Parts: sequence; structure tokens; C-alpha cells
Amino acid sequence: MAHAEAVIHNARQLKFQLRTAERRGKLRALALVAPLFLFIVVSFVIPIVLMLKNAIYDPDISNNLPRTTSLLAAWDGSALPSEEVYAALAEDFRESEKAKTSALIGKRMNYEMSGIRSKIITSARKIKALTAAPYKDQIIAIDPIWSDLNVWTTIKRAGNPVTGFYLLNTVDLETKPDGHIGAVDPGRAVYLDILKRTMGISLIVTLATLVLGFPVAYVLANTPPRIANILMIFVLLPFWTSLLVRTTAWFVMLQDNGPINDLLLGSGLTSQPLPLIFSRFGTIVAMTHIQLPFTLLPIYSVMKTIPPTYMRAARSLGGGPVYSFLHVYLPQTLPGIGAGCLLTFILCLGYYITPALVGGPSDQMMSGIIAEAINRENNWGKACALGTVLLLATLTLYFVYNRLVGIDKVKLG
Amino acid sequence: MKLPSYATPIEKFAYYATLAFTGLVLLFLISPILAIMPLSFNSEPYFSYPMPGLSLRWYEDFFSNERWMNAVKVSLLAAVLVTILSTILGTVAALGLARANLPFKPVILGVLISPMIVPVIITAVGIYLFYAQIGLIASIPGLVLAHTVLATPFVVVTVTSTLSGFDHSLSRAAAGLGATPFRVFTAIMLPIISPGVISGALFAFVTSFDELVVALFITSAEQRTLPKQMFAGIREQISPTITAAASILIVFSVALLVGIELLRRRTERLRGH
Repeated sequence: MAHAEAVIHNARQLKFQLRTAERRGKLRALALVAPLFLFIVVSFVIPIVLMLKNAIYDPDISNNLPRTTSLLAAWDGSALPSEEVYAALAEDFRESEKAKTSALIGKRMNYEMSGIRSKIITSARKIKALTAAPYKDQIIAIDPIWSDLNVWTTIKRAGNPVTGFYLLNTVDLETKPDGHIGAVDPGRAVYLDILKRTMGISLIVTLATLVLGFPVAYVLANTPPRIANILMIFVLLPFWTSLLVRTTAWFVMLQDNGPINDLLLGSGLTSQPLPLIFSRFGTIVAMTHIQLPFTLLPIYSVMKTIPPTYMRAARSLGGGPVYSFLHVYLPQTLPGIGAGCLLTFILCLGYYITPALVGGPSDQMMSGIIAEAINRENNWGKACALGTVLLLATLTLYFVYNRLVGIDKVKLG
Repeated sequence: MKLPSYATPIEKFAYYATLAFTGLVLLFLISPILAIMPLSFNSEPYFSYPMPGLSLRWYEDFFSNERWMNAVKVSLLAAVLVTILSTILGTVAALGLARANLPFKPVILGVLISPMIVPVIITAVGIYLFYAQIGLIASIPGLVLAHTVLATPFVVVTVTSTLSGFDHSLSRAAAGLGATPFRVFTAIMLPIISPGVISGALFAFVTSFDELVVALFITSAEQRTLPKQMFAGIREQISPTITAAASILIVFSVALLVGIELLRRRTERLRGH
């Protein structure tokens, strides 16, 4: 009896020890990953979350017109606000003139009502000088915009710091004064076009890399290693030089008096230099050049695994060359084609430098428009909203890529 | 690639067409590099052939111009610091990822390599917003931290793939013979996985040294990096010095990456592939 109990006791203890050891192993593994994980969360995930927040959070109006917006919260919008609200507006503008933030208010309002910016800035300056009530008539006398119901509904709506305005704008929609969501007027509806353009350029580049890359991958995979290794240098050398350097090279090549036009003029194919630089064509050529190895290499590594006997078998069984290729060889390369094309398409969506240097104004893609929103317009809400759309598109496709290929299969060089 | 004896005329045609096409595509791949390097020796400030004469004036301008030299210094300093930080962080994390008992592995791996996937402009905007709040804009530490974010995933990926070929019974044997975990790592594991660690470090260096978009957003004129200076050189004044700078960078990054390739081959040979 005592012996059996001791055995049971020992077994229990062993189980307990095993569990502790397992837990310790898990903790040790987590402890090793933790420093980088925390670093990435703090210096990458938090910034991304900040960007997402800025796409839907804009306190410019509520911070700079605090009294007006809090009073407007209770306003039903059917008639002009009461004297009380106009008095609050005067007080807010006095403060904003002191803090020099009137321009900010004008800028933010201008996003929703083009052309109103200067009117608001001038009004603010004049309203500051008003000293005695009643304000309503005096303010309306300064500028008729203050008797426009739409202006007040816009202030009320923009006064809510949580706003769908920027995100709606990225798909050319806006909240109409009556609260409905509708299309923006055609003159300002540019963002769907940019989204389509980004997708379009990425698609063309992906197809171009496939058409150019497939035969090369085939030759590389079916040549003796000695020759294939030498040919591979041609693929890897550009792959290894930085994107900026290759873009610079194309920038030089595509000039009106650059090597390509030299060649075309010299051979008599054209009598005038072709406008290659700052064109859609130049952008696509440069991007195709940069992305070609990304499409080619996965196809190549799949082709390496296809035994040549399959094609021979197909031929000896009576399949013609075209039939055998289409029904025996091509289907086996599909995983490589899928992986390569998807990777190239995802990377193309984020292109900024190449279209910025080699393309014209109408060839800029999403990233370029984001940079422009910040550099030219200082409009962070718009930049962050476009960034949110781009991030969503990339992550969705990446999820597909991960299902098909697997993140851990990412190979470098 | 050989043409089989039973080849039909269509096949013969396709065969030679494929070869010719491949030749053209390879030429397309190499042409920008071949075209830009000779132009950097042009004696005249034009981008066209034939060149009227050879000179080293653009190289002279590159090496004597304070702006370019300052940019080289900033880029080298940042890249070295980024390499040290990201190699340590990335290698330690890869050791954790290689353990079979790591919980939530797919999620953790996804987060660790996410900076490689997210379009860099989004990273740049986010980091700018974050740095503006904590006062790291226009500083070398800010640049180094931001580049470390972008570079570390490359270290994680290369070291993880080297570790997948590592025979863990070696470290168990060492531990069984009484070595402390630290000793097991330094005396057994590190020497075996060192090619992976070194190539990860080289990737980290190149990532930082070539990075432009984040640098454009978060640095000022004082921390102008080499890519930023090149970008300005193209956008503002089209100076042929960019061809000299580009040629130097081509030679530099090719030398580094040939190093990576040699290390990769060594690892494969050691693994017996």
C-alpha cells in the first residue's frame, strides 16, 4: 500500500514538475521575444494607431471655438442661432485672434466649404473689434456668411472632434448640410480616381513583370547551374541596388536628351525626342524594372522544383507542345506566379519615390498624394485618412498572401 | 536548356524566341546601371552619349562638397547605430521565435515583421505624429530609432531562417554537460548561426543607409542623409553629381550584398544542401 501511494505521489509530482518546466520554457521564450515586441509596439504600432486616430479625430474647431460649439450642440438647425451663440462666437474669435489660431479655423472650414477661408479670417479680425451687444446683427453685417444656415451646420458638425469627414472624402463622399451622405461635387471628386489610378498602375506593372519575368525564370530554371548563376547576376545586381539609385538611373535614362532618346534619334526611329520623363509610360517602365526580380524569383524557385520528365511524358503521350505547356507545365507554376504577382502588386500600391521623381503630376499614386497633403496643404486629416485606406488595402492583400504563401516563407535575395 | 530531338517547328521557334526574349529582358534589367556609371565620368554636365571627354569632376564635387560629405557622415553614423541596435534586438527575438514552446507565435511574428509590410509612407506619417508629441523630430536618436523599426524585421527573418537549420540537440548536449544557458549561446549557438546574424546585420545596415521616405519626414537639414541629399539633387538642381553618388552607392551596396550572398551559400553548405 505504502509503496503504491508513493508511486502515485511520485507520478503527481512528476506531472507537476513537467508542467512547471513547460511554463518556465514558455516564459523564457516570451522573455526573449519581449524586448523587440515592446520596441515595435512603442515605436511602430503606436505611431500607426496615432495615424488612424488622426483620420477620424480633428479637434481644430472644438478647441478654437469652444464656446460656440458647446452652445451649438443644443441648436436644432432650423433657423439662425440665437444672440447667445453670436456672442459666444465673438468671444471665441477674440480668443483666437489673441492665440493667432483664426487661420486654423479658416483652413478647417475651407475643407468643407471651399472659398470660405479668407472670409472667416477677415470676419475674425473685424469681430474682435466689436465691443457691445447685440452681436447678431453686427456680425451678420460684417459678412453675410454668418446668416447662412449651412455655415452654422458645418461649424456644428465640425465642432465634433470625432469626424467621418476625412474618411468619407477619400471615397469622394461628404455629409450634406441636411445630414445625408452624398457625392461631393464633381470638381472635388478626385480621390476615387487616385485610388483607381494606384490600382491601375500596380496592375499594369504586375502584368508587365509577369510577361517579362516568366520566360526569363523558365530559362534560368532550365539552364545548367554554371550558366544560370551568371545569368542570375543580371537579375540580382539591380535587385541589390537601392530603389532610389535605380530611380535615379531611370531619371537620367528617360531625359529628353538622355541615352534612350539618343538611341531613338540616332537610329532614326523618331525625329523628335519622346516625352519619356514625367510621363505615365516612364513611371511604369521604371516601376517594372524595380519590381521585376520580386515577381521573377518566386516563379523561378517553383520552376526549379518541376521535374523535366513531366513535359517529356506529356509529349510522349501525344500532347502537342502548346497543349503540353498549357495543361502540364503552366498549372504547376501557378503557386509561383500567384506569390510573385501578389507580392509585386502589394509593393506597388505603396510606391512613392519612383512616381514622384519619374512621373508627372497626373501619375502620382496614393503615397504621393499623402505626402502632398502634408507637404503642400498641411492637411494631416486628409493624409491620415488616405493612409488608412492604403493600409487597409495592403493588409487585406497581405492577409491573402499569407494564406497562400505564408509570412515565414518571405525570402530575401 | 536544350532543344529535344523531337521538337516541332513551332517548338524550335518558341525556343529561340524565348532565348532572344530572355536576352532582351536581362539587358533591360542591367541597362540603367550600365548607362549611369559611365555618365558619372562625363566631362560635360549632360546625361547623353557620346561623351565629349572623361573626367572625375563629379566625383571631385561629391568628395569636396560639404553637403554631400555631411550627408555621408550622417548616413554612416545612423546606419552603424541602427545595425548594432537591430542586430541585438532581432537576434534575441529570433532565438525566442525558434523555440517550439513560444505561445501566440503567429501573432507575435506578424507584429514583429509588420514594419516590412506596411507601406513606408504610412510608417513615416505615423512616426512623425508620434515624434512630434515626444520631441524626437529632427534628431539623430529619432532617425536611428525609426530606421531600427524598419531594419529589425530583416534581421528577424534572416536569423530565424538560419536557426531553422540549427540542430537543437547540440545546445541540449552542451546544457547536459553543465554549460549555463549564456555559455550555450555564446560557445555553441552563436558560432553556428553567425552567418545568418552577419547577413541580417548587413541587411539592417543597407536598409538604414538606403532609406529615404522616413528620413524626408522626420529629419531637418542638419540630419540630411545621403538618400535625402540625392533626392534633393534630383528635384532641385539636376546636378550630374547624382550620377557619381549613384555609382558609388551601386558599388557599395553590391559589395555588401555580395557579402550576404557568400554568407548565405556558406550556411547552405554547412547545412549540407
